[in-house]
Amino acid sequence: MLIGKVIGTVVSTQVYEGLAGVPMLLVQPLTKEGVAKGEPIVCADGTRMAGPGETVYYEGGREAAMTLNPWFVPVDHAIVGIVDGVDAPNWKGGPT
Amino acid sequence: MIIGKVIGNLHSTINHPFYDGKKILVVERIETDGKPAAGYLVALDRAGAGPGETVLILDEGNGARQVFESADGPVRSVIVGIVDEIATTPA
Repeated sequence: MLIGKVIGTVVSTQVYEGLAGVPMLLVQPLTKEGVAKGEPIVCADGTRMAGPGETVYYEGGREAAMTLNPWFVPVDHAIVGIVDGVDAPNWKGGPT
Repeated sequence: MIIGKVIGNLHSTINHPFYDGKKILVVERIETDGKPAAGYLVALDRAGAGPGETVLILDEGNGARQVFESADGPVRSVIVGIVDEIATTPA
């Protein structure tokens, strides 16, 4: 899993079966210090509670789809939880 | 498996039900000589690790779910050991 910041929402009405109603969020990957790095990705929201401005942790690969129900869906990144804070000395991401 | 160093705890209230009550740690990857390498991981802890410790991380889904005896847990990275020592021989 990696840490990211939700920077937007993606709305899609015509989707593959199993993805209807699944929130899709635009996530900016963060470094271990909480600094933005790399290209934003679209994540399915397994918590269904994340929103723009929040720091989240997300899973990639096959396990991403397993956050959803039904889980046999074409998803490669999914938010697993919302970060309250990180107790690391160089963390600059702050609380959410 | 990957060698890393725990740099801190990650706190989360709202998460997937599978993660309820599980300890989540942020781990930076390290070289075999202990120097930081590029990249990091957020991993669940199954070895009782804490910040500052060198750990062994399993980064594969089926093995990770086996550790938690779960058929459908959305988990891939698990700390499965605390490293006491790394000994290398010159190539």
